[in-house]
Amino acid sequence: MVPTSTVTRVSVLLVALLLALPVRAPAEETPVRGGELDFVVPAAGFPSMDAHREETYAVIHPLRPFYSLLIKVDPKNPSDPTAFVGDVAESWTKSADGLTYTFKLRKNVKFHDGNPLTSRDVKASFDKIIFPPEGVVSDRKAMFFMVKSVEAPDPTTVVFRLKFATEAFIPALANPYNWIYEADILARDIHWYETHVMGSGPFKFKEYVAGSHVSGVRNPDYFMPGLPYLDGFRAIFIKQEAPQLAAIRGGRAMINFRAFPPKAVEDLRAAMGDKLAVQESPWNCGLYLAPNHKAKPFDDPRVRRALSLALDRWEGSKALSRVAIVKTVGGLVFPGSPLAASQAELQTIAGYGTDIKAARTEARRLLREAGVPDGFSFKLHNRAVEQPYKAVGIWLIDQWRQIGLNVEHWVEPTAPFFATLRNGNFQVTMDFNCQAVVNPVLDISKFLSNDRSASNYAQYQDRTLDGLYDEIVHETDQGKLKSDLRRFEKRVLDEQAHYIMTLWWNRIVPYNARLHGWKISPSHYLNQDLANVWLAPE
Amino acid sequence: MADVALPALDVEEAALAHGPARRALAAMWRFARRKPLGFAGVAVVIVMVLTAVLAPVVAPYDPLATDYGAMFAPPDARHWLGTDSFGRDVLSRIIFGSRTALLVGFGASVVGATAGLIIGTASGYFGGRIDMIVQRILDVFLSFPLIVLALAVVAILGTGTFKVILAILVPMVPRAARVCRATALSVRESPYVDAARACGYGHVRIILRHMVPNVIPPYLIVLTAFLGQAILLEASLSYLGLGVQEPTPAWGLMLQGGAAEYAESAPWIPIFPGLAISLAVFAFNLFGDSLRDALDPKLRTL
Amino acid sequence: MRRYLVRRFLMMFPTLFGVALFIFVLIRLLPGDIVQLRMAGEGGFVSEEAMQQERQRLGLDRSIGRQFVDWMKGLTRLDLGLSMWTGRPVTYEIGIRFQLSLQIAIMATLIAIALALPLGTIAALYQDRWPDYAVRVFSIAGLAMPSFWLGILILLGFLIAFHWTPPMVYVPFWVDPWGNLSQLIWPALATGYRYSAVATRMTRSAVLEVLREDYIRTARAKGIRRKLILTRHALKNAMLPVVTVIGLEFAFLIGGLVVTEQVFNLNGLGKLFVDAVTQYDYTMVQGLVLLVAFVFILSNFVVDLLYAWLDPRIRYR
Repeated sequence: MVPTSTVTRVSVLLVALLLALPVRAPAEETPVRGGELDFVVPAAGFPSMDAHREETYAVIHPLRPFYSLLIKVDPKNPSDPTAFVGDVAESWTKSADGLTYTFKLRKNVKFHDGNPLTSRDVKASFDKIIFPPEGVVSDRKAMFFMVKSVEAPDPTTVVFRLKFATEAFIPALANPYNWIYEADILARDIHWYETHVMGSGPFKFKEYVAGSHVSGVRNPDYFMPGLPYLDGFRAIFIKQEAPQLAAIRGGRAMINFRAFPPKAVEDLRAAMGDKLAVQESPWNCGLYLAPNHKAKPFDDPRVRRALSLALDRWEGSKALSRVAIVKTVGGLVFPGSPLAASQAELQTIAGYGTDIKAARTEARRLLREAGVPDGFSFKLHNRAVEQPYKAVGIWLIDQWRQIGLNVEHWVEPTAPFFATLRNGNFQVTMDFNCQAVVNPVLDISKFLSNDRSASNYAQYQDRTLDGLYDEIVHETDQGKLKSDLRRFEKRVLDEQAHYIMTLWWNRIVPYNARLHGWKISPSHYLNQDLANVWLAPE
Repeated sequence: MADVALPALDVEEAALAHGPARRALAAMWRFARRKPLGFAGVAVVIVMVLTAVLAPVVAPYDPLATDYGAMFAPPDARHWLGTDSFGRDVLSRIIFGSRTALLVGFGASVVGATAGLIIGTASGYFGGRIDMIVQRILDVFLSFPLIVLALAVVAILGTGTFKVILAILVPMVPRAARVCRATALSVRESPYVDAARACGYGHVRIILRHMVPNVIPPYLIVLTAFLGQAILLEASLSYLGLGVQEPTPAWGLMLQGGAAEYAESAPWIPIFPGLAISLAVFAFNLFGDSLRDALDPKLRTL
Repeated sequence: MRRYLVRRFLMMFPTLFGVALFIFVLIRLLPGDIVQLRMAGEGGFVSEEAMQQERQRLGLDRSIGRQFVDWMKGLTRLDLGLSMWTGRPVTYEIGIRFQLSLQIAIMATLIAIALALPLGTIAALYQDRWPDYAVRVFSIAGLAMPSFWLGILILLGFLIAFHWTPPMVYVPFWVDPWGNLSQLIWPALATGYRYSAVATRMTRSAVLEVLREDYIRTARAKGIRRKLILTRHALKNAMLPVVTVIGLEFAFLIGGLVVTEQVFNLNGLGKLFVDAVTQYDYTMVQGLVLLVAFVFILSNFVVDLLYAWLDPRIRYR
């Protein structure tokens, strides 16, 4: 079925609604104290325990409950990409010129070793993140390119001075990896946190058995009165999906905070009935295709456009959302953001129209014009991970077959997959961009020229695009920011078709209905300190 | 394993047969008559080979055709063994998958066992320092569990049918060489090899014309034993996501990617390919066992 | 004899060195890079400079030869180095998993012995009659079914029938025997079945062979009771090859349960190996492979010792 514009408008509305309310709006109930939460971490383990240097949820899910941030997304409304609350910060102010942010800290915050948490600790932590000394890896250094200095004028005040005013700063600050470490420990050994835990979060570290689990117990001195509700938790590493599901199905664990594919959720629901609750949210992860601009014929924008035109995104969304963790049709900006493209704006981009027949005729014409023969064969490079990569790959090959392209699936495990992305020995590759706090201005920096963006695997240079981005970074007016973003989006996805967007991911989290107080957000990195989570009695 | 000397061929049997081909044929006929289990195995293998050859004729659907309207369809008149998570026909994928299984099975075991035959026979023939060095190298390879070595090789080479065959045959070479060498050692001392040497024939000629034919029985035993193992290894590698890749139809691959996850609501997805693997390996083992009994009842440890 | 044993013992070391050299080179042929994988495996903004720093810290910027010499030096002190993935000592990481792998290996061995000895003997005594066929079909089926597939079916059966799944976290036997067994008995069964198939076939052919020996025929001719022949003579002499195959399979189980551990989510050495390979943890793969090879070579040596001691007919080369 080809959706009419009314249908698409309705689907936009639906997306908007989904964003506004989680599927299962948890009723306001009185939390119950006590109990231990066992949950699944769908990974083999974490590389190190230092979140400043890592970037996987395998660090966040088991360890985030031991730490505090300066500010965080609102746990009562984590889907709102603009709602932030203080964590160890009590309040903050922004100067009129937007260059100085002053944070007041809570006075009752203590590390688990009993030492008070002061502005010294906050400054030491952010200095490590923003200005890492020689030999210290900071994953999020680039994110803070606007910060000039961090200062601690008195024990309860922290001041961030920026080089220029930008909308990108506060969301970057609320990033869930910016854990506050103890200044004295960092001064003794800046690598200490890679193998140890010492935070000020709602839970205290109990044990870590490599490859098996991490466990924590309630922090009785937590600075938020009455929190946390749980006595403790155990984060169990399970890499394969079948045992993950079996764990939830058999009551060995209550939740996997990342997500499960839709079919698995359906099965769990059928098996567990009302013992299962489900929350769903669009996911701040985009699944892209990068055509290699250095490989013929993908140096030709007409060919790249044809690849995009062949995709029936609207029908694909319907089919794939039943078997894969993708769903939302969108542009470069996360569809849940107020800065995202509207439905009408999206429709102006090649491959987002509603008449797929016309689009495919146009695609065939473009291919002919570019001298690409019918039945032309190329390799789609993909990551050997089922969800969503391989599932979408199988769909893409089928879509391209319909404009006369004969595509071979070339799948590599994660490490060689990235090696290939970097050395550029591919024709078209699957690529993705997963971010934590919705921060479109930073999130789109991936698409800059390859001398400015290390993760631009399509390997193009486009100075017009770079110029546009520099305006976007410095723009503080929401209206102008929006129209600038549209121009950027149009250039990347349509005019040049540098990158091809497939679908945005879709996050579905099924869990044991005894679990309460956890709300889904657009990122599996967010809202994971477990302070508000509680268990209903059996 | 201890270096237990293996006996030379039955004198009687050696006298009966004139060429290696006829000797093998005669042996096969003997076991077919005497061993009903082995005969059953051969029958299944033949059916499998026919299925693989005639796959496009036998299969009701294109094994690659997705049908998002019929995902997870249970077995019924349209899809006898149901459909998978992309609406692809499970029966058709199993039928086409037999091609991959046979290709991997025969490819890996024939090449692996033959390489082992040549290395092992040559090593046994030359003896002395050469044998000593070859043995130490083989020892190194033999110290790895089969799957560990295959996994390491496939991690380096990358995935894909031919690379997987290579990964599976590499650990098979030293095992075949070890067995063939043991026989070669005893053959080396036999009068006709001495005679050949006395005639002044070159090493290559003696090895290929006089030694190898006598090492054929253990070689065949090893080869048939490897057939089943290769199919199992391919399934294991595929389950770990390191084997043959989507959308190629392959049995091991069908057990991965959603098969186990959805087993409760769609048990046909993991059960039928698993049965296909088991049946194929079962048949190869029956066949191999009987061949072994017929050729050399003492060679048991494979 | 003594000279043979000493030589056989010394022979273990060049083999181990070969294994070490081989895996060291092999693992470095992997396409891709641990630093890239660790730091950019999920997307994100990591600079090339930061990655270079990390390579330096892990010592990956040094020449290959230098890295090998350093590793060898460590080995002489039994120091396997630090895991490049977790930063903890390789020996510590292996230690955590060893207990579980050892327990499964022991349990699977017990299951295998309990099945193989009676079944194999029965098959031999009734050679080419229906009990023989039944046993052989049962054991060949054990060899034919992928253990991990059997594991999937076991788990599926429990889920459907009892809404039950085994515990996900390992507890040592002496802490919680019930919890321990209810987690480990299933993988032990799945692998023990395959293992028993190997041992059953060996028992069968060993007993057959012994039954053909002259002294058994003599005993029979003398009219000694069948059962007595079996226990006094046949079984005892058939044990040697059976013990051999059990010993070698046991060694294999310590590191070879690669796929089954994935299915049951067991934190054992096989899973550690898969993880280490997919994570490009060079030091971990090296250490683990060396350990598994050592166990294997050692058990080969012990088996050879047994042979030399028990069976004087062996020729020493």
